[in-house]
Amino acid sequence: MGLLSSKSKEILLGPLSKNNPVIVQMLGICSALAVTSKLEPSIVMGISVTAVVAFANVIISLLRNTIPNRIRIIVQLVVVAALVTIVSEVLKAFAYDVNKQLSVFVGLIITNCILMGRLEAFALGNGPWAAFLDGIGNGVGYAVILVIIGFFRELLGSGTLLGLRVVPQAFYDFGYVNNGLIILPPMALIVVAVIIWVHRSRNKTLQEN
Amino acid sequence: MEELLSTFVRSIFVDNMIFAYYLGMCSYLAVSKNVKTALGLGVAVTFILVCTLPINYLLENYVLKEGALSWLGAGFADVDLSFLSLIIFIAIIASFTQLVEMVVERFAPALYASLGIFLPLIAVNCAILGGSLFMQQKAFAHAGVATVYGLGSGIGWLLAIVGMAAVREKLAYSDIPKPLKGLGITFIITGLMGISFMCFSGLKI
Repeated sequence: MGLLSSKSKEILLGPLSKNNPVIVQMLGICSALAVTSKLEPSIVMGISVTAVVAFANVIISLLRNTIPNRIRIIVQLVVVAALVTIVSEVLKAFAYDVNKQLSVFVGLIITNCILMGRLEAFALGNGPWAAFLDGIGNGVGYAVILVIIGFFRELLGSGTLLGLRVVPQAFYDFGYVNNGLIILPPMALIVVAVIIWVHRSRNKTLQEN
Repeated sequence: MEELLSTFVRSIFVDNMIFAYYLGMCSYLAVSKNVKTALGLGVAVTFILVCTLPINYLLENYVLKEGALSWLGAGFADVDLSFLSLIIFIAIIASFTQLVEMVVERFAPALYASLGIFLPLIAVNCAILGGSLFMQQKAFAHAGVATVYGLGSGIGWLLAIVGMAAVREKLAYSDIPKPLKGLGITFIITGLMGISFMCFSGLKI
């Protein structure tokens, strides 16, 4: 890729695996768990968060030299809240059913720690283009985890993917039963734990002592 | 009275902020390493929830909701400001956290020192904004119910974080597979605690 220097590439691709916001930095876990009982809301949530992180990063990065340090958290919250309001109105207009399923969690993007974390740690110290790439990278890293969790929970819990039946009827005739437990909230935590387990056994440097 | 009591019990056990909605997970995972700080943070979160929920309830019902401004005169009867609710709620929460921080710093310096960075971070704790958003969704009958809901959610959150901290203190001595150590096992334990809290979900009051 001639378009991106190696540093930009690192900023964009780092969050996908070894610096993943959800399973390594532990940010934005609340929504990652709550919306993933089906695949479709997981994808929509991933896209929404990516959009908000990217644009909030750009705006804060442009403003970074004019914001007084003492009130920066409130300024950040206002910028994020305005962006989330836009996203929520767009979802209401074009994806009403998904918006209903996501319920309060669209609003809760405001307090999603990925946003505050990236704004504080990156956008306040870097230029707009780098901040935009960082936002996209982290948003996609978040979305990937959501999609993985949503995939397994919908497949094992309801036997469907995106609402289409995947597990053939013959299985049910043999006595296969959907695992109802996996749709319930506590199992999401255990699915995440398994993802962390797999990820850390492949990246030994991340293991804790 | 009955409504208050049932809202209170439900918000602690059935609609527990952490086990049923995973709200406030970030600080829950970060601060649950020992019981004492966990308790302090839990109390602070409960306090902010109890203070901000009634304020946001009144704002929601007398300013933001469709037709809420009708007390100003007939001309305002169909004004709908609900698209502003996210910004208003988060502004109230952030300014209230700032206020509490200043009061605690002035009158209880010891507590202030022990809570440290976690006090300002309460503003971005999802459990607080989540409380306000659920309040908006559930449309409580009056501000009293909203206050009790805030108290119950806060206590539920406190129970969860203190319980987790107690388990984690013991975990230091157990033999856990390496990749699961730390974060992974914490998730699994939270999941197991959540499953045990599910036994309350049939509770009818």
